[in-house]
This record gives sequence, structure tokens and C-alpha cells, in this order.
Amino acid sequence: MTDVKDREQDLDRPEAQPEAGGPRACAHVCEAAGCMSLNADQVFEALRERATERGLADTAVKRVGCLRLCVAGPVVEIPERGLLFEAVDPSSPESIDSVINALQGSEGGRSTADDPFFARQVRIVLANSGVIDPEDIDDYVAHGGYEALTQTVTSKKPEEILEEVVRSGLRGRGGAGYPTGLKWRTVAKSSGAEGKYVICNADEGDPGAFMDRSVLESVPQQVLEGMAIAAYAVGASQGYIYVRAEYPLAVKRLRLAIRQAERSGLLGANIAETAFGFHVDIRIGAGAFVCGEETALIASIEGRRGTPRPRPPFPAQSGLWARPTLINNVETLASIPSIVRNGGDWYRAIGTEKSPGTKVFALAGRVVNTGLIEVPMGVKLRDIVFDIGGGIIGGAKFKAVQTGGPSGGCIPADDLDMPVDYESLAQAGSIMGSGGMIVMDETSCMVDVAKYFMDFCKDESCGKCVPCRVGTVQLHGLLDKITRGEGEPGDLDTLERLAVMVKSTSLCGLGQSAPNPVFSTLRYFRDEYVSHIEDRVCPAGVCPMTSSVAS
Amino acid sequence: MPPTVTETPTAAPMSDDKKWKMIDARIRRRGNSPDALIEVLHAVQEAFGYLEPDVLEYVGNALGVPLSRVYGVATFYSLFMLKPQGAHTVVVCTGTACYINHASALLGRIHERLGIKPGETTEDRNVSLLNARCLGACSLAPAVVIDGSVHGRCTPETVDLLLEELRA
Repeated sequence: MTDVKDREQDLDRPEAQPEAGGPRACAHVCEAAGCMSLNADQVFEALRERATERGLADTAVKRVGCLRLCVAGPVVEIPERGLLFEAVDPSSPESIDSVINALQGSEGGRSTADDPFFARQVRIVLANSGVIDPEDIDDYVAHGGYEALTQTVTSKKPEEILEEVVRSGLRGRGGAGYPTGLKWRTVAKSSGAEGKYVICNADEGDPGAFMDRSVLESVPQQVLEGMAIAAYAVGASQGYIYVRAEYPLAVKRLRLAIRQAERSGLLGANIAETAFGFHVDIRIGAGAFVCGEETALIASIEGRRGTPRPRPPFPAQSGLWARPTLINNVETLASIPSIVRNGGDWYRAIGTEKSPGTKVFALAGRVVNTGLIEVPMGVKLRDIVFDIGGGIIGGAKFKAVQTGGPSGGCIPADDLDMPVDYESLAQAGSIMGSGGMIVMDETSCMVDVAKYFMDFCKDESCGKCVPCRVGTVQLHGLLDKITRGEGEPGDLDTLERLAVMVKSTSLCGLGQSAPNPVFSTLRYFRDEYVSHIEDRVCPAGVCPMTSSVAS
Repeated sequence: MPPTVTETPTAAPMSDDKKWKMIDARIRRRGNSPDALIEVLHAVQEAFGYLEPDVLEYVGNALGVPLSRVYGVATFYSLFMLKPQGAHTVVVCTGTACYINHASALLGRIHERLGIKPGETTEDRNVSLLNARCLGACSLAPAVVIDGSVHGRCTPETVDLLLEELRA
């Protein structure tokens, strides 16, 4: 693990001299959490040691953020040569040498140029992920980082920034898709004599979603820059990042990024030597999914139980300590610097009319290429699963894609040609959500999947409102009964009636969306429910069916 | 000792000076503010491994938060432990990707071997078992974390080996 102190001293070093004779090939070692847990730090050490032995400069091996193809970790890329090395083994001299040899011109690895996993991605949020050293602000600055913020505070009015964000058409990437520009305008208009706040919601709780974690681990400065621009636009001087305790590496890199930015005069008082100041503090969650809901998150920052409250008033008017508060998701904020740099019109031209820009998805489950992808909105689901994702493991039969986590739904094979945007996913009975995409094959039972998510919601319900607290338990009980092979003819009606009740009467998004997995599996996979109840058979062979008479 | 906001501060069980210093420093840094409660509870758990009733009372007094609220917060958030944990912690991820890749078979094997379910600790206090709602290591599904280090693509057989190591 990198020593934070060492890196801080690096800040004080004289600027690196540009290499004579153009850019040299450099091996980028992915040091995001996935690869780190597969000993990527040892890969880095082994590569650097071998590089030195071969007379290569220290700059020939570099630590970077997520290289996106998590399934192949630990991953090393030589971008100048378009080569990717999978499952690099620090204890194998051959494995290490194959990378070093490629640095010196030999063939090896896997070409990324024609690989659809890489070629079909469009990177805005992740443009610098896997390119820069996430623990070095200078590297971020050398790649255009903080240009947007400096420009903003030295030569733009807050209104100009608001206008640009509205024009970009950016919608909240946390899941609901509310227009970001409108939200910013509301906070900007709210009177904030006693101060306003900007909160970055990094409480990425959906199981199967790790986009925000990767962004924070790979380009932490970009999130801070987005927050500072937001603060300037809405008139805030204090910010908080609320991050899950389950993401220790993200927390560590954020802490370091804040310290480095403060020392470089890009956060804190007098940013870029102007009168504008913005401070950022980190608040760490303690394992409560509901804290992703904005009013619950605010309660948690205030040191209380994370229970939501009715809206209005919306946080934009009365949020943290009853002051106007802007809450945006990690990916939303990370999109801001490039929008400010390139203009709202540039951003709007990417993606679809109603869902402009790109979206980062965490592709996981029974798909070949699991990892992180960034694609323009409107791309077909089929292209994500079969082209970028490389299809189903072992050539098995595709069954469904689950999007939106416990608040979303399962999209069946018939809808694979659907464009991925907010409206289309909602029409199909799912949601965009924060970006988790779990691909399922014939080995998954859809009733069991619905039960799984309901189990999650029942555990994570905060208990404040009755429909969610009691309803999720009852819904789970019914699903459990069906998966045990004890379902009765009237159960599906009861399930639907109860689901409608929970959806329409719960206090917050958790309860309102908890029945979504039930609705979507009933809509597309009703026959599986019927088999469980009438034939006492689980077609996928997953459910225990303890009272089953058929074998 | 930090200045406490109540007039009758609870005597702290000063069993371990260094740990208390760390906690007091955290309290002081946030100016004994009530909204520092979650952060301070994190510090306490880091120091002692769980939240002892005495400590909860001490923290409440230091931050001017009634014990009922301290307890309410401590029990609301699933990462806070009110009981001492085992020498080793085994976390089985039950996020969606791990779930559909048979994480429950891993939990089943651990139960078979150690007789504990998530949230429980073995009688000899050697192993505590927890389940996590997604660690974000979905490409390594199903994942198991043992004392902080992640083991990916686990099977009941690899779990056997991992548990064997904890016995040694």
C-alpha cells in the first residue's frame, strides 16, 4: 500500500522534466480496489524493480486508477502501444518480463485497439481513469485538471456556469435523473445568509454497483473540482463528501486529494488567488443503505439516525442544518469539469436528446467482461451485454439484465434492443439507477432474485414509515413461501396488491421503489412464478422447494 | 481528558491510555459537537473493536448527546458492533453479483464448519462472521474478506482452506 507521507513529499519535488525525444512507453498498473485486492501493489513493485534492472527510467512504470477490465485483474496497460496485460502475476518472472519486454518494443498482451470492450466506450467521466496517478495532483493538473475551476473562479460569473450546466442537459447520475442545472439554479436562488452547502453523495449502496467507488479511487481530484465549481455557482463555501465506510481506499485517496488541493491553493480559502473559498470535509457512513436518500444522508451528517423526512421542503431550500444544500452524486459532479471546459453544447451533442452525455455502468454477473464501462446514453442494451460485455460466460443463454439495484428491475431478452436512457428503462419497468448492471443467465431464478432484493429492502428499511417497514417484510414472506414450494393460487394477487400499496404509500424512495423487482419479474417472468406455485418446480433449479412433490 | 459539556462527566474506564487519547483527540477536533457522534463512534470501534456500554455513556457526555440517542445511533447503523468480535473477521459479500454466483453456498459451508450465521461469533471467540451488502468487488464474485484482505472467486473448497488457516 502506498505510503501517504511519501506521496505528500512528492508534491514538493521540482517539476518533472519532459522526456527528450517524445513520450516513452509507460506501463500503467491499475491500483483501484479490485486489482489492489489481487496484489496490484506487488505487481507495481515487481515491475519497477525489473524496469530498473533493465535500465529503464522510474517513469516507465506508473500507478494509475481503474483500467476498467476488472475481471482480468491485476491489469497493466501500455497505452502508447495499445496493449493490455491480464492477470499479471508479481511472483512470476515471465509474467513481469512480458510487460517489460513490451515496454522495450516486443509483442505481447492483448490489443485494446480493436477490442469492443475498449473501442466502444466513450470516456468523459473516466477520461483520466487509468491515465493519471490518483494520488498525485500534479498529474491531474498536467492532464487539464483544475483548468475548469481556475477559469470559473477567475473569469466567469456564477450565472454563466449555471447557464452552461443547464444547457448541457446533464441529469443526476445517482438514479432519479433530475436535471442538474435546475437543481443548481434552485439552490443558487435560495437565500443563504447563513451559508449554503454542497454535498457529494458517495454512499453508493446498490449491491452490484461500483462506479462511484472507482471514480473516487481513480480521479478523486475531478470530483473535488466538480464540487468546487458547483459551490461557486450556487454560492456555497462548505462542502461534504458522504462516503461509505466499505470503501477505505476511496476514503484514503479523497483525504490525500483534499490535502493536496488545499496546499496547491485549489481548495480552501482564496481559490486560485481569488476571494472565493471552499472547504471540503469527509463524512463516513456506517452501513445504512437508506443514507443514499438525500434527507437521510443529511440526518446522518448531522450525527443522527439516517431516517428520511417528507419533502418539501427540499434540501435545495432547507437541507443540512436547515440551510440550502446542493446534493449531487459522484458521477454527476465528476462530469462538471469537462462540461465547463468544453461547453454545455458539446455535452448535449453526446447521447440522446432527453438523456445527454455518457453514463458509467458497473457490468457484472454472468457476463465475460465484467468491469467498468462508460458509454454514450442511448446505446443498445444488446451492445453492452454482447459486444462490450463479450456475451454470457460459457456461451450460456441470456436471461435478463438487472439494472437499478433493489430499486430497479429485470429486463428480458426481448427488450435487448432497447436504447439505454432514463425514459426507455422506466418504460421497461426498470430504472437507470446509479449504474449497476447485473447480467443473468438461465442459472438464475427470477423469483429468487425478487426475493433477494426484497430481503435487502426489508433489512435496510429504516423503520420510520409503516408501509415500508411492514410491507417489505410481508412481501418477503410471500416470496419466501413461493420459493419454498408452498405458494397458493391467490398469492400472486396478494403479492401485486401489497406491492402497489408499498409503492404508493411509502415515505421515501427506498420503500417506493422496493416493489420494483417484484413488478418487473412478474411482468416478464410470470411463468416462473406460476411454475413455483402450480407445479411446485423451480425452473432454474435454484429454490429449495422443500415441500416439492416433484423431484 | 477533553472538557465535557455536562457537569458530572462519567469516569472513563482508562484501561488503555493510548486508545482513549485517540478518541479524545477525535472529540476535541470536532469541538465536542453533537453532530460528531457517528465519527466518534467510528473512532471508538477502531480502538476497542466494539462499542461498550460504558464508552457509549462517556461519548454521550462528552458530546452533550443523551445516552438514548447515542444508543439509537449505535444500533441504527449496521457497522457498529455492540458485542465483542472474534479474533478474526470473515465477511461474505452477498451483493447481487456474489449472490447469483452462489455466495449462499459459502455461507452454508461456513455454517457447517463453524456453526455460526452472519452476525455471530464462534464460542471460542476466534471467528466472527458477517455478510456485506456489496463490497464493490463484483468482478471477483463471489468474494470473501478475511481480516481485511479480499479473496475472490471463492468456492466452498477455497473457504475450507481459508478457514483452516484461521485455526492455525
